[in-house]
Amino acid sequence: MKEDFDNEMKLEFISKSSNEAFARAALAAFAAQLDPTIEELSDIKTAVSEAVTNCIIHGYENKQGIVKIMARLKEDEIIIEISDKGKGIENIDMAKEPLYTTKPNLERSGMGFTIMESFMDTMEIESIVGLGTKITMSKKIKPKNQEEEDNEFQMITKQ
Amino acid sequence: METKFYEKDKLLVLKITEEIDDHNVKKIRGKADYEIERYMPKKVILDFDSVTFMDSAGIGLIIGRYKFAKIIGAKLEVANLSKNVQRIFEMSGILKLVPIWDVSQLDILSN
Repeated sequence: MKEDFDNEMKLEFISKSSNEAFARAALAAFAAQLDPTIEELSDIKTAVSEAVTNCIIHGYENKQGIVKIMARLKEDEIIIEISDKGKGIENIDMAKEPLYTTKPNLERSGMGFTIMESFMDTMEIESIVGLGTKITMSKKIKPKNQEEEDNEFQMITKQ
Repeated sequence: METKFYEKDKLLVLKITEEIDDHNVKKIRGKADYEIERYMPKKVILDFDSVTFMDSAGIGLIIGRYKFAKIIGAKLEVANLSKNVQRIFEMSGILKLVPIWDVSQLDILSN
């Protein structure tokens, strides 16, 4: 049977905040196969960082659990699933509201979902209270024209 | 974080050198508040020149330092925002409270 994607990876780690940097770096390395611009890569890293942070501080509330990531490449698109088996979200509409946070005392801004939505092309939340949350995000990597590629090459070679 | 205090202008420049996420922000927050309390400046500049990554933890960091600076009567401004950092701050509306500092002023000060 032939799968309907070009590549796939899975990643599992315990819910320690030091793994946030690991997760976004790993996803950036995987996404690099689609030849994204530095900006597109930065968008993906930011969205992944937001989703993983949510699993750790909201899903598991800093108790130990497992964060799972599955990513697929299909033509020019990356699809990323990030899930936890934590407490779940009671009101998804409210959680998506900009500046809404259940943890203002931790200096959380309530902008996580807003950032995921605007940095990726699509973002979906599935959540069951007491069972966990799964975020599915996708982003198409735009084909680059020659001029952009030349500019980027110059930027890299200058460094 | 690198700290520079300009005594004459009571200006404290805090240059953040870490990636700003939920993990690192606790450390950055503690150090920034410690330096603000130590120097009691009139103005605090958070310099983002060496920040290679920032997510929404950066918004909380700014709001928290804005409040802390206000308590001691200091103003907070931000400098050297990359495109990505600026976009995140703009989405939150925080730049209405915390202006972007013109870095060219720094040359005048250090001379």
